[in-house]
Amino acid sequence: MTVAIIQFGGSNCDNDVLHVLQDVLGIDAELVWYKEEKLDDYEAAVIPGGFSYGDYLRSGAIASRTPIMDAVRKMADNGKPVMGICNGFQILTESGLLEGALTTNSYPKFKCEWSYLRVENTNTPFTSMYEKGQVIRIPIAHKDGKYYHDDPSLQQLEDNNQVVFRYVDENGNPTEAVNPNGSRHNIAGITNKTGNVLGMMPHPERASETIMGADDGLLMFKSMIESGRK
Amino acid sequence: MLYEAEVTINLKAGMLDPEGTTIKRALGHLGYNAESVKSTKRYVIELKAESEENARDLVDQMCQKLIANPIIHDYSIDLREIE
Repeated sequence: MTVAIIQFGGSNCDNDVLHVLQDVLGIDAELVWYKEEKLDDYEAAVIPGGFSYGDYLRSGAIASRTPIMDAVRKMADNGKPVMGICNGFQILTESGLLEGALTTNSYPKFKCEWSYLRVENTNTPFTSMYEKGQVIRIPIAHKDGKYYHDDPSLQQLEDNNQVVFRYVDENGNPTEAVNPNGSRHNIAGITNKTGNVLGMMPHPERASETIMGADDGLLMFKSMIESGRK
Repeated sequence: MLYEAEVTINLKAGMLDPEGTTIKRALGHLGYNAESVKSTKRYVIELKAESEENARDLVDQMCQKLIANPIIHDYSIDLREIE
């Protein structure tokens, strides 16, 4: 299978994702510039982190209106795995492929630090190789990462098991103290209703080799590839 | 006709405004006690349209499709004819 890594002007984690897929996992992956309008040859897509279009207007807003996003939408509609990391998550919410919005951290500062996440749902193409309730260590790096949605919509997300990752302490408790950005319900990552589109603020590609301090993120890419092969 | 639209984007009531809160605190350091500070964004758009109603309708579409995010924002439009 071949994974498309979507590149916008200002993407800056594109090569990190490419390195993990190609060099660490030995998977075919290609960087695809945003002017491409077709993604029919790819079995999965990753929208990497960065600062597309300088975060002008709102983080992810401009990138979400580019033609390649119609092709990403088509992949999502066809049930292929689509994963948005950090700015990629912002692009997916702005495009409407995922619900809710990412707004400025409650303490308005760029936060770059390790975080603990609890895996809430293992019935997705991205988490099938984790244990439910498993606590994993993945770093965050963002200023606009506070997940926001209104109460009824949050309840629906919870009821549908669309909350995949939550910020927790080492022991797996989602306390206010370890919520790095004020996200509602400590939400770090969600999926769409069918589970094949994932958005998350933490960076699994930065935690995919022990030399980087942790490799807890690697299973996410492995899970995605396994499901893409099916 | 040529129109100028001023679009003002506000965070919805009840949403945290970290920028406004930070400015309010900094004003306090300078000895000014503001009751509240809210941040907004303003965009000025010039456009051609057949009528004022048509112009307002177009700018409203722009707001809904791109300039505002309906989940977190309210917006208002001030429109005037310019020649």
